[in-house]
Amino acid sequence: MSEKTKEIVLGPVFVNNPIALQILGICSALAVTSRMDKTLIMCLAVTAVTALSNVCVSLIRNQIPSGIRIIVQMAIIASLVILVDQLLKAYAFALSKSLSVFVGLIITNCIVMGRAEGFAMKNPPLESFLDGLGNGLGYSVVLIFVALVRELFGAGRFLGFQVFELNTEGGWYLSNGLMFLPPSAFFIIGLFIWLLRTWKKDQVEHEGAS
Amino acid sequence: MSKNKDSLQNTLLVALAVSLVCSVVVSVAAVFLKPIQEYNKALDRKKNILMAAGLYEEGQSVDAEALYQERIRPRLVDLKSGDYVDQKADLYDQYQVAKDPAIAVHLNEKEDIASIRAIAPLSVVYEVLSDGKLEQVVLPVHGKGLWSTMYGYLAVMADGNTIRGLGFYDQQETPGLGGEVDNPRWKALWHQKKLRDGKGDLKIEVIKGHVNPEAVTADFQVDGLSGATITSRGVSHLVRFWVGDRGFRSYLTKLKH
Repeated sequence: MSEKTKEIVLGPVFVNNPIALQILGICSALAVTSRMDKTLIMCLAVTAVTALSNVCVSLIRNQIPSGIRIIVQMAIIASLVILVDQLLKAYAFALSKSLSVFVGLIITNCIVMGRAEGFAMKNPPLESFLDGLGNGLGYSVVLIFVALVRELFGAGRFLGFQVFELNTEGGWYLSNGLMFLPPSAFFIIGLFIWLLRTWKKDQVEHEGAS
Repeated sequence: MSKNKDSLQNTLLVALAVSLVCSVVVSVAAVFLKPIQEYNKALDRKKNILMAAGLYEEGQSVDAEALYQERIRPRLVDLKSGDYVDQKADLYDQYQVAKDPAIAVHLNEKEDIASIRAIAPLSVVYEVLSDGKLEQVVLPVHGKGLWSTMYGYLAVMADGNTIRGLGFYDQQETPGLGGEVDNPRWKALWHQKKLRDGKGDLKIEVIKGHVNPEAVTADFQVDGLSGATITSRGVSHLVRFWVGDRGFRSYLTKLKH
């Protein structure tokens, strides 16, 4: 892997994370992180859509008239999302049922649109693909972290396996009800940002600077 | 190039081309994946029917399709009279019919405890056979919870009064609270409960807190879900509605005799 490819793929994971630094895509991060299996499928779907929509937009970037570029990007993204949704319904029925409307809502995920407009419009297909992949991974890292905390402290489980024995089933662990509710993801993301910025001090926003 | 790119002609061309390609991709996917999706949906429904009847558990490596074919026989029932209707049960979509104001049976406020407004005049029931004899019936039920309409199956033994099981295949209640209607431990509480007492009064209900096993009413009561009062009440109401006068009462009465 050349230095540049590495930067494009891994940059968004920690250095320029779409959720932690750009604060994009929070909405779905709240909704799908109550269970790990749901989260993983969602991450896969978002990564696939971001990477592929980046490629498609990049391929026709020299043809897209600037007046309708947002609509063209939207059309491409929406088609890809429908495609992913249909595939999930066909091959992962139980999970697609529990994700319900949120797969469709990938269309409104700001990361997908942001990368198409911000990166793919100016860069060749291969780089755009890698950028989409990288941002999808960046999104996934945060979501998986949130899901890990929520599933573990909410249901005492990890990927469906009981780690803490719940008191309702005769164990010792009294489950934390807040973890089941979307707001808990806010706190966990906040915590994640704090940890990340303690590690990478240059991400701290100084007052006055923007 | 860049001048040409923004011309009206090019704008229309690109818009047209993108729409065309996108619509072709989407329709091809939809058409080709439809059979698999329909199959999945039907299989999911069948699994839920088997689960309510206690014949199948999630993740069990049994051929659910074969088991369904062997043990389950769908029939169509007229809710008012409780008689079987000679018509193909598989083709009757009662949730679609309930939306059609011309055929649907509207419920007045007092009757409509499950908050579903209208029901179809007929309903599918799934007979569970054991060695060719009727062992139990699985009744489709639905009603409002806190956020969502919950759809599920209630399995009743051939005596028309003893519950075999209850399960939901579609609900959007709060995970961890109302969503616990899917908890196998809670669902197991319904097993062996009775719908009506000796005098024929409808007694089954979900109560707040725990059922006292010593009480005379214990046979008719199920523990409420903690932290989910409205969902619990919803389940209680929908069961009472569907085994009540507007629901399967006549059918269950005839089943007994």
